[in-house]
Amino acid sequence: MMILRTLKRQPMHGYALVQQIKRTSDDVLQIEEGSLYPALQRLLKEEFVKAEWGISSTNRRVRIYKLTAAGGKHLEREVSSFERMLKGVSQVLAPGEL
Amino acid sequence: MKWLRQLFSRRRISQDLSEEIQAHLDEKTEELMADGMSREDAWQAARQQFGNIGLIEEKSRNVWAWPSVDDLLFDIRYGLRALLHSPVFTAVALLTIAIGIAANAAVFGVVNSVLLKPLNYPNAEELVALHQVAPGAEGLADFENGLLLSPSMYFTYSDHNRTFQSLGVWATGEANVTGMAEPEQVRTVSVSDGVFETLAVAPALGRSLSQVDQVPNSSGRVVLSYGYWQRRFGGDRTVIGRNITVDSQPREIVGVMPKGFQFVDADFDLAAPLAFDRGKTILAGFGYHGLARLKPGATIAQANADLTRLLPIWMDSWSNGPGSNPHIYETWKITPTIRPLKQQVIGNVGELLWVVMGTIGVVMLIACANVTNLLLVRVETRQQELAVRTALGAGRARIVRGLLVESVLLGIIGGALGAGLAYAGVRFFVVFGPSNLPRLNEISIDGRTLGFTFVLSALSGLLFGLIPALKYSGQRGTSALQSVGRTISVSRDRHRARNVLVVGQVAMALVLLMSAGLMIRTFKALRHVDPGFADAPHLQTVRISIPGSLIAEPERVTRIQNEILDKLTAIPGVQSAGFVSAMPMEGFDSFWDGIYAEDKVYTDNAIPPLRLFKYLSPGLLQTAGTRLIAGREMTWSEVYGLQTKVMVSESLAREMWGTPSAAVGKHLREGPMMPWHDVVGVIQDVREKGVQQVAPEIVYWPPIRKNPFVPGLVYAQRTVTFVVRSERAGTEGFLNELRAAVWSVNSNLPLASIRTMQDVYDQSVAQTSFTLVMLGIAGAMALVLGIIGIYGVMSYTVSQRKREIGIRLALGAPTGDVLRIVLRQGTKLTLVGVAFGVAAAFGLTRLMTNLLYGITAHDPLTFVAVAALLILVAILACYIPARRATLVDPIVALRYE
Repeated sequence: MMILRTLKRQPMHGYALVQQIKRTSDDVLQIEEGSLYPALQRLLKEEFVKAEWGISSTNRRVRIYKLTAAGGKHLEREVSSFERMLKGVSQVLAPGEL
Repeated sequence: MKWLRQLFSRRRISQDLSEEIQAHLDEKTEELMADGMSREDAWQAARQQFGNIGLIEEKSRNVWAWPSVDDLLFDIRYGLRALLHSPVFTAVALLTIAIGIAANAAVFGVVNSVLLKPLNYPNAEELVALHQVAPGAEGLADFENGLLLSPSMYFTYSDHNRTFQSLGVWATGEANVTGMAEPEQVRTVSVSDGVFETLAVAPALGRSLSQVDQVPNSSGRVVLSYGYWQRRFGGDRTVIGRNITVDSQPREIVGVMPKGFQFVDADFDLAAPLAFDRGKTILAGFGYHGLARLKPGATIAQANADLTRLLPIWMDSWSNGPGSNPHIYETWKITPTIRPLKQQVIGNVGELLWVVMGTIGVVMLIACANVTNLLLVRVETRQQELAVRTALGAGRARIVRGLLVESVLLGIIGGALGAGLAYAGVRFFVVFGPSNLPRLNEISIDGRTLGFTFVLSALSGLLFGLIPALKYSGQRGTSALQSVGRTISVSRDRHRARNVLVVGQVAMALVLLMSAGLMIRTFKALRHVDPGFADAPHLQTVRISIPGSLIAEPERVTRIQNEILDKLTAIPGVQSAGFVSAMPMEGFDSFWDGIYAEDKVYTDNAIPPLRLFKYLSPGLLQTAGTRLIAGREMTWSEVYGLQTKVMVSESLAREMWGTPSAAVGKHLREGPMMPWHDVVGVIQDVREKGVQQVAPEIVYWPPIRKNPFVPGLVYAQRTVTFVVRSERAGTEGFLNELRAAVWSVNSNLPLASIRTMQDVYDQSVAQTSFTLVMLGIAGAMALVLGIIGIYGVMSYTVSQRKREIGIRLALGAPTGDVLRIVLRQGTKLTLVGVAFGVAAAFGLTRLMTNLLYGITAHDPLTFVAVAALLILVAILACYIPARRATLVDPIVALRYE
């Protein structure tokens, strides 16, 4: 979901994606950088993203991932269900109603 | 299809991935270096932060993996390795399968090309043959062709039908083409309007014949076949518009038909218009094949009803001349029995091919049984390996699947080998198959045949793999681990499958041998039939036609024929020569009509049964070896004197006058107004339409006589077969002298159908001999495979019981007893198999009744002989392992354990 969300803003390649996620999550989420790739492959297989070879800002041949229409829809569904879940959790955890 | 694409792009995906990860690491390294790290440190750190590269790559790849396919690929690899591991087993099994599949694929290729594929015309399913039967016109209407159409029928049908898009009639013939190198006799097809339209095949060059060409008495145009165009004109495209001399008449070439085009089942060189003259058309003249294209949606039943409705109209619209009764044809009971054109082309060959296909299929089953046996033995010897795999955690399903994959692999590899062999097999079929097999030139191995081969291979792989695999799955892994060890004796249960297979093999082999035996008996019965000529290999025949455009005067025609006879007799080594309108079994169109005897009373409207009319020269009988039963032959002076002499066949003499000798001196004629002819001789019956067909009643006329229909006119037989008896018949030198002799009389006469009577005879029985060869091959294969099966099982049993036999011998059992034990087991299996086989054969051989001659499908001699043969051979096959059992050295056998 994070990947899709990040890609929705703008297409980018694997390395940039990792850096972006780290930055936006304020380094809270300490993940192995490599674990991004199996996730990307899964999204590729589901055709939520597509990949094209291109040149990065550092002039390197990289694969640039882009969100597809199906991916966008999937993201919306995920986000809304996540928000529902979050709402549920926060209601349960909300102080004062106990 | 998405998964398929993914399956094949996996290699690329994994490359991309590696490259991408590498780029990721590089970028990270560079960034860290920009922060002031050394290259090595940066590299280390980048890798550290990335994680386990190998694991991540594998995880990423696994996203794409298709576990079942991967497992299958593994099974296939493992199976191939296992097969390579035991090359002898693999070779034997593959060979058995390959031969079985090749035979099946080849025969299926033929069945597919001949029976299943549609004919080579556009929308061929709309095409029908205007077949009709006429039970009241026996002789004229035969079983194969029914009653052909007359020109007047064509006109009536064509003008008034409601169910056909188009309709036409056609007939085959021969014509002489002169003016180019040697004179040549060519095969012609004459067509009415509507034939080309019905077949709807576009010409390769120029145009086909149409209504404008159907003008009576015009000089006429012709269309060439592709083959003739290539052969005679070298494919010259300027041939359109040129003239060609056909039967001494110039004809304009207007078109060339494409390669492979045939008129229904007729190969041809030239096609010419029939150009019927409506003004001169009478009711009779039933010599044309009818052909039509149904209107879309019209059924054959509707078309039959349509033509039935038209028959009375036909009789009322035409006449056979003043005083004749057009309604005599009501006694013929003409009934339209329209058939799909394909059925007309295939004829009765369908039955033969299905019988061959069936027998070859049974051979395949026997081959499968043998391979199953091999696999059973193999699985048993591999128990340990399989048990180990189970112990290491392989699921039972997985192992069973592995075994199945292995056997299907065997099947498919065998099938691939077999497909190669099948190409050779089809060549064999085309070369050695009956040359009168319809659609012979269309036989080929196409996609459907290859598909059939593939499915058959996979299915048979499953079939023979299933039994061992299922047997294995019924066993406990642990018990297998123990039992392969040593001492536990082989359970009875394990033998059961093998025994059932052997019984099945024996039974199937018996059925095949039985059908081969029946064909052998049929062939022998045919050989004993006197065809009406003797010493066929030394009878040379050649057909010569003298058209009216070349020699107009009838008597000159006979003189020239007589002169040719003299020249032929003068060739060194020639004993005698004669000519006749057609020799038996030559298959040329024949003429049938009724005759009246002087001493018989005929009621007014009754028409006498039809007899075959033949015309023969003096000397023909002696040359051909046809026996004269009573009386004498005609003489040349009687022939030239136009004396009214005639001869009849024995069957006709018996039917009309009781005995052959009583016929001599009697009188007969063709119609009320015609002269009486003296019967001077009676000739033995000849098998005119083939050895298997009943000899017809025949009237033999002189080659030239007064035209019975037109007083004052003389009629000569212009197309005749010359028959020469010589030891040199068939040799190249002799044929050259033959040609020279004919051309010394008239150099414009082409020689056609040059062959010996043995060739004619062989072709007549070609279908029977071909069936014999095919069933013989199938029977022999079945016998060999069956024997190998019995031998294999007995050998295996003996080797398994070695210890038991050793103990028996050690305890003092005489060797005879041991021999008996083994033989008894083998004999028991064989007898059970024979019992089943006889029962099956009893039901199945009935299917081939139409292929038999002179015996019933349940011929007791064949049944007893074949069963005895099979039992004998099977006991022999058991004897070898039994003998080996008696040679078991007790000490060795016991120590071995």
